[in-house]
Amino acid sequence: MLRITGGKVYDPANGINGQVKDLCIDDKGRFVASVDGGRTIDATGMIVFPGGVDVHTHVAGGAINFARAMTPEDHRRTQAFIRTKSRRSGLGGMAPTTFATGYLYAGMGWTTVNEAAVPVLSARHTHEELADIPIVDKASLTLMANNEIMLDQLEKGEYERAKQVVAWYLWAAKSYGIKAVNPGGVTAWKWGKDAKQLDSPIEGYRNLTPGSIVTQLARICDELGLPHPMHLHCNNLGAPGNISTTLDTLHRLEGRRAHIAHSQYHAYGGDGWDTMCSSTAELAEHFNSHKNLTTDAGAVLFGDTVTITADGPWQHLLHKLTGRKWGNLDVENETGCGIVPYTYRPSNLVNAVQWAAGLELLLLIEDPWQVFLSTDHPNGGCFWRYPEILQLLMRADFRKECIAQLPDKIKGKIRLPEVTREYSLYEVAISMSAGPARALGLTHKGNLGIGCDADLVIYEEDHDVVRMFGHPRYVIKAGEIVIEEGEIREAPQGHEFLVRPHCEPDIDDFMRPLFEECYTMQFENYPVELERIEHPHLRDCVPIPG
Amino acid sequence: MPVTFHLKRTPTVPLEAEVLTPDVIGGLSNAEIRALTVYHGKRQLPLGEFFDVEGEKCEDLVLHGTMPKVRWVGRAMSKGTITIHGSIGMHLGAYMTGGLINVHGNAGDWIGAEMKNGFIHIHGNAGGQVGAAYRGALQGMRNGTIIIDGSAGLEVGMRMRRGTIVVGGPTRDFTGLQMKGGTIILMSGAEIRTGAWMKRGTIISLKPLQMMPTFAYAAHLNPVFINILARTLAPFGIRLPNEESEGAYALYSGDRSIPGKGEILVWQPGA
Repeated sequence: MLRITGGKVYDPANGINGQVKDLCIDDKGRFVASVDGGRTIDATGMIVFPGGVDVHTHVAGGAINFARAMTPEDHRRTQAFIRTKSRRSGLGGMAPTTFATGYLYAGMGWTTVNEAAVPVLSARHTHEELADIPIVDKASLTLMANNEIMLDQLEKGEYERAKQVVAWYLWAAKSYGIKAVNPGGVTAWKWGKDAKQLDSPIEGYRNLTPGSIVTQLARICDELGLPHPMHLHCNNLGAPGNISTTLDTLHRLEGRRAHIAHSQYHAYGGDGWDTMCSSTAELAEHFNSHKNLTTDAGAVLFGDTVTITADGPWQHLLHKLTGRKWGNLDVENETGCGIVPYTYRPSNLVNAVQWAAGLELLLLIEDPWQVFLSTDHPNGGCFWRYPEILQLLMRADFRKECIAQLPDKIKGKIRLPEVTREYSLYEVAISMSAGPARALGLTHKGNLGIGCDADLVIYEEDHDVVRMFGHPRYVIKAGEIVIEEGEIREAPQGHEFLVRPHCEPDIDDFMRPLFEECYTMQFENYPVELERIEHPHLRDCVPIPG
Repeated sequence: MPVTFHLKRTPTVPLEAEVLTPDVIGGLSNAEIRALTVYHGKRQLPLGEFFDVEGEKCEDLVLHGTMPKVRWVGRAMSKGTITIHGSIGMHLGAYMTGGLINVHGNAGDWIGAEMKNGFIHIHGNAGGQVGAAYRGALQGMRNGTIIIDGSAGLEVGMRMRRGTIVVGGPTRDFTGLQMKGGTIILMSGAEIRTGAWMKRGTIISLKPLQMMPTFAYAAHLNPVFINILARTLAPFGIRLPNEESEGAYALYSGDRSIPGKGEILVWQPGA
């Protein structure tokens, strides 16, 4: 039992904007109206936020593990976690190790993370790693837009079957939702091609186009009633002029809800690397007029990182552009992935545009309930650098100083110099917690209301935004004080969120022959057993009628 | 008066002694030096457990003993000198930015790895990965000089960016692997695949080399820069021939599989 008194509370889910309010937490780790006894934290003069929620990150599974193995040079220079009584050893850096990931997220006040790209084939591995990420609660999304068994159904016009196949895969992966990466493009990559045109048939298919995958998958997510809508990484990531593809893709949603991942990478104008510019204003306008869409920024910070994505063809291009090392994985008939270490430099015009574009989206999309803080960790920068982004959002004068250091040629290519908006603490609380929690359909997260999970963070009010958000005074997870005075006190095991969408009983019989024809493993060994998930938390599916 | 260290207890597992640098030792009293932490395997012990220490507050260090298991001596040093009488283990002078290291004996692998500047002279033999990039890193040594009187092991100068390595004895496979700049001088030649994946840089060999098929013969010549290089190295007793009457260098360019702009010069007496 715990009582937090005297703090200025920012709880956007309940419209509380900086009022001084006491919070009470019961033995089950939930907020209640009052408690008898237990510890009291005097938070007078401090700021109380709901615990952070990361809607899009890559922290577990085959791809990030490959990235860890590929970047030993980073391990030598990075923060080392030495084992203590409450903490295991590990490494921070561009791709932190599992335990360190939990410590770093919690150390910043984040208490829920969503691993945004899991091939079903490596779902078992992903869950094992998620189990080793302490403190935070977790969810994972299954890669679906390049799964050949599913695409074959769409090609044949068997929409209902495709929906069943998706439902079967979701439960096989024990995941929380659907991620679509470069629809059709990763499949085409297996033929050495990409899918850049929404209306051109995908390599290896006669009729199926990326556009029709987007439309049908969005409908499938709604009809299965997934709490989180389709999580979409659009075609043509990173390419100059891709704004037309992105806007076209958004129209293919036909009014359905969706979450657009790391939209910074999809908001460029121009027709080549020399002419590339930011087109965030057009994209922001679309979001401002379509309230059922959400997005995360995928903001870029200057410095070293490692890029990992299921978008294999893009990664090959990036490797060719930079000459840096390249890893490529083929995941049988489900997806693929590519890994390239990368350094974002302010002197590089393309990188400078990317840096500005991420911030522009966060500032130009008017409703903070629609655009969330993310770097697409580790692609645009590492998650533990989020406080640096908050500083850029909250301090227009600091932003101006940073813009002044960009090359002169950047003039006319970005909108950021004209933007004067500054985030308030209330808006920060939406962008880092309440907003992503709502988008994920996790109603009991990012919310300090009665009955919700008691995940919260207490900051010392400080003009230095990076120091304030980088070093919370207390972090409380499910009612337990996990960080106090900058030290990890406890490292409890979080929950993992899953869904079990409705499946027709004959789906196993339908899948088995297709599966045995395509896969290198036994059908029976493929689905992840529920017992493998540590502390599973099953969320309801509520179908949205088509 | 230099600070002298006599090995009194032979480590049974690697002893990580990155505190043995002029930067750390320079300002410390004798008692403070003996209390510095070294890692004997995973155990943290005071330096005094392994060494008798004489002297204090000096940026000149002298080490005595057979120390093939003592690692990281001179790590990231920026000034002063280290003189070693006896053999020394891996990572000697790694990341160093200045100062001088002299070893009167043999040294292990990874000496001068990713060094930025400074001077290392090994009077005996050295191991592999001299002046190299650590695994995964883009660049090896950025500048400085490493002279090895004896032989050296695999991957000498791997991914080096600038600086000079001179090896008196033969080196093993993959000398100059993925080199990006700088100069390697081989007084006694090398084993196979010299210069594989080299992007830029120069390898000079006074003995015939087995060239990879991805290197193309370009010309025979007596380049002027060899004279300048020879003058710099003469004080160390290194003689680079370049008189036309004595012979000429055969120039090979590659590695064309990259495609790279590196050059290998092989001395041919009487050519």
